[in-house]
Amino acid sequence: MSDLYSIIFSPEWAFLRFAMLVGICLSPAIGVIGTMVVTRRISSLAGASTHAALGGFGLALFLQRVCMLEWFTPTLGAVTGAVAAAVAVGIVSIYAKEREDTVIGAVWAIGMSIGLLFLDRTPGYVDWQGYLFGSILLLTTEDLVLTLVLDAVILIPAIIFFPAILALTFDDTFARLRGIKVTVLYLGLLILTALTIVLLINLVGIMLVIALLTLPSAAAACFTSHLRSTMILSAVFNAIFISVGLLLSSLFALPCGPAIVVLAGIVYAISMIVKKYFLK
Amino acid sequence: MPENPSVIEISDLSFRYSPSAPPVLENVSFAVPSGSSGCIVGPNGGGKSTLLKLMLGLLQPDTGSIRIFGKSPVKARSKIGYMPQYHQLDSSFPASVLEVALMGRITPKTIFGYKKQDKTAAIEALDILGIADLAEHSFAGLSGGQRQRVLIARALAGEPELLLLDEPTANIDPGAEEQFYGTLELLRKKMTVITVSHDLGFVNRETDLVICVNRSVSIHQATDFTAETANEVYHHHVNMIQHDHECFCHCHKEHECNE
Repeated sequence: MSDLYSIIFSPEWAFLRFAMLVGICLSPAIGVIGTMVVTRRISSLAGASTHAALGGFGLALFLQRVCMLEWFTPTLGAVTGAVAAAVAVGIVSIYAKEREDTVIGAVWAIGMSIGLLFLDRTPGYVDWQGYLFGSILLLTTEDLVLTLVLDAVILIPAIIFFPAILALTFDDTFARLRGIKVTVLYLGLLILTALTIVLLINLVGIMLVIALLTLPSAAAACFTSHLRSTMILSAVFNAIFISVGLLLSSLFALPCGPAIVVLAGIVYAISMIVKKYFLK
Repeated sequence: MPENPSVIEISDLSFRYSPSAPPVLENVSFAVPSGSSGCIVGPNGGGKSTLLKLMLGLLQPDTGSIRIFGKSPVKARSKIGYMPQYHQLDSSFPASVLEVALMGRITPKTIFGYKKQDKTAAIEALDILGIADLAEHSFAGLSGGQRQRVLIARALAGEPELLLLDEPTANIDPGAEEQFYGTLELLRKKMTVITVSHDLGFVNRETDLVICVNRSVSIHQATDFTAETANEVYHHHVNMIQHDHECFCHCHKEHECNE
């Protein structure tokens, strides 16, 4: 167990402070994307995309080490897997809604299995547990840069196309009748969701990504009645969950991903109780 | 092109959802002349919703054609105001009443936010439905009947010439029904209003045409719409009381008509 002072100031905790910085920088992206995931009810689609990221990650590591494809980095592999899965499920949900559930289950399990098979055949040490459960030691400056790029890529269109996003989320048929390019907008949203997922994986791991994509927004929705304010409060909640969660995990020597998620879960439960009994 | 093309003109239309499925609509031809209003009735599964989707250009007919204001449905969309069935939407959605009404003004060019004239039009539409005072309220906090009116306001906000209302009385409580019919009468003076209802009781005042849909379509003047006609459409006995311009009727086998 360490004391708060050294966590905040000592150089040996620099990696933790860096993880907090990455987590806080990721919050605007999570605020927007998480709120869309919760209000559009696509959390199982996001789950499938998350697990397909492992497939891409395993494939990339294997190709790097066995086939010497140096340029195909694990992050690029994870992005490919996550985006391909999200778009595939998205297209099924648009054109064959009745099969969506089955396809989600298949993509989810097959994506993860492909990843584990490739990792098994990849020579050398692979920290795949860190990938499953999150390891803040995996975070690099590259992650920070990618996070800031992701924020920009999400926030700029979210601000410009906010009216269309609101209309699409509420009633996509009506938005289509008003001339909005619903399919393009929806697939764009899914691609951005997949990118957010890949960056979240390094922080909390595949198993827990879905928690950070849903809990902050679900808690925020208890206190807000506009999509925009849900997004903003969700980003604030997320920044608090990640930094306080990381702090608690280092103070009590707990694994950081689960500490963040349990904290988020507790706040969500309290938010629901407060909404039910204390807000009109 | 004639000077006053029919609002809706459908000829020889057939539609099935897949080549192996039975036809949902067959040999449908009818026209709604400019200045008339109508009510689409028929049993559940008879093809009412499909007909509506074809008129909105969300589905394409297998054979035959649909013209709305003399154009294809997709091209005529900017003149159509549409209110979907209320249960298809998320009733806990985080938006204000005004935000929902404003969605009726959105175009592909709407970026960052809405213009002042959009807000004026949305408030006017809410005012017609008698809910302008609720503009800043949360949509999720409204009653079923109020939400339904917000959705009609959204359809009106785009200043349509044709208003398509799918089951508009489904959530209106009996007390508010009279007021709602009053609003509809007002709207019929300004535009063509087509309502869809599985409930024959809705065929009432001021409707000019009764469009009966049960795989095939027959169209009647509201004044000529009698119990016999209703029986033909529903293929079973329908109780009906007719007053000169209004006909209220009541399905004998309620369970077959209601969902």
